[in-house]
Amino acid sequence: MAKHITVPFTKEQALSLKSGDSVLISGVIYTARDAAHKRLTELLAKGEELPFDVKDSIIYYVGPTPAKPGQPIGSAGPTTSYRMDAYSPQMLASGQRGMIGKGKRSREVIEAMKENHAVYFAAIGGAGALLSRCVQSAEVVAYEDLGAEAVRRLTVKDFPAVVVIDAEGTNLYECGRANYLSSLEG
Amino acid sequence: MKTISAEMITREVRRLCIEANCRLPEDVKAALGNFRAGEKWPCAMDILDRIIENYEIAENECVPICQDTGVACVFLTIGQEVCVDGSIADAVNEGVRQGYRDGYLRKSVVGDPLRRVNTGDNTPAMIYYDIVPGDRLEITVAPKGFGSENMSRIKMLKPSDGIEGVKEFVVSAVEEAGPNPCPPIVVGVGIGGTFDKCALLAKRALMRDIRERNPEPFYAELENELLERINALGIGPQGLGGRTTALAVNIETMPTHIAGLPVAVNINCHVTRHKSTTL
Repeated sequence: MAKHITVPFTKEQALSLKSGDSVLISGVIYTARDAAHKRLTELLAKGEELPFDVKDSIIYYVGPTPAKPGQPIGSAGPTTSYRMDAYSPQMLASGQRGMIGKGKRSREVIEAMKENHAVYFAAIGGAGALLSRCVQSAEVVAYEDLGAEAVRRLTVKDFPAVVVIDAEGTNLYECGRANYLSSLEG
Repeated sequence: MKTISAEMITREVRRLCIEANCRLPEDVKAALGNFRAGEKWPCAMDILDRIIENYEIAENECVPICQDTGVACVFLTIGQEVCVDGSIADAVNEGVRQGYRDGYLRKSVVGDPLRRVNTGDNTPAMIYYDIVPGDRLEITVAPKGFGSENMSRIKMLKPSDGIEGVKEFVVSAVEEAGPNPCPPIVVGVGIGGTFDKCALLAKRALMRDIRERNPEPFYAELENELLERINALGIGPQGLGGRTTALAVNIETMPTHIAGLPVAVNINCHVTRHKSTTL
């Protein structure tokens, strides 16, 4: 059954997860997508502090819809991760331990994950209304000018995801499809 | 001549933006249900259940099905006897502005492709105009997400590549896209025309009810064959394996040049949204 993951997402937790594991994530995670990643890695290149504690953090690639009155957030499903591939190796090297998104990652990202003991999770793309129910609070911590792309601190409870690429580099996008196809032959 | 007020266009576009983003069309709902019933891979069954649960929540609570509420593609079919008392483009953009504000939809448009500053109100819309006989104005609003748009492809095939070349190109576009466009997807295919018209055919193909096949049996058969080949790839919901990679393949065609065979593949995720009205 699903494994419970809490943040800070330590090296030990990361190493205990295997590709294909279902997880429920609870605690504080940060949102960032294209424009925020560009700014964050520019800060890293200059040796400056990031606007949040990146060590053992989980970053969720999401740009939510605006919250309706009384709600913490609007729809909040994952965006496609490969657009962050140019930035993720620097982020992982600086201490980020988990990434939540959907879709393929580059070889460079997978190498950086192995080197830094990091995990790539996928949430269900297109299920933003459902996933938003796991978000208890949301506040902008940086880059408010980016609107939906601002960095937000989310408190999540039992956020469902699956380990697609584990810290050893095993990739469910390859195995899942292959296992399904071989099940047809049997 | 029949006069239609610009204000009415604004009001309708506003409404269509909100409804399209919160209510999945009936054809897609039906297809999701059918594929769920036929799916045997446990992980795929689970994902399809959650996708169905998600659109039910969205509809009941009037929240967006997906956080990518898209760039607003607005198709206008304008009767030649229709007169609008103002700027049609301004009326449409005002409708988009109001719809995305009042519907709590995400503003996902940057004003310049390289300098990338968000316009803050999801304008401008991508507006497509068709002039036809008659005194009606038909408006279709189709919010288009970019996770799937980014996986779309166009290629100028040679006439000698023929139907096999077309099949190969369509199937390989879906295979290369893999998990990225949030399968299950809807595949819009354009064949013929010019470079630009072909891409537009593929986009228009996504507007057709996915329960309906191309009226020409030759192309209906091609749609069925492509769907079968795509669903034999094993990519499955979210790319984690399974039969349900695509819900439908819709093909639209037009005449083309003796030297060419343009083919375009416009991919949409399961959140294939479009809502129409006729004034």
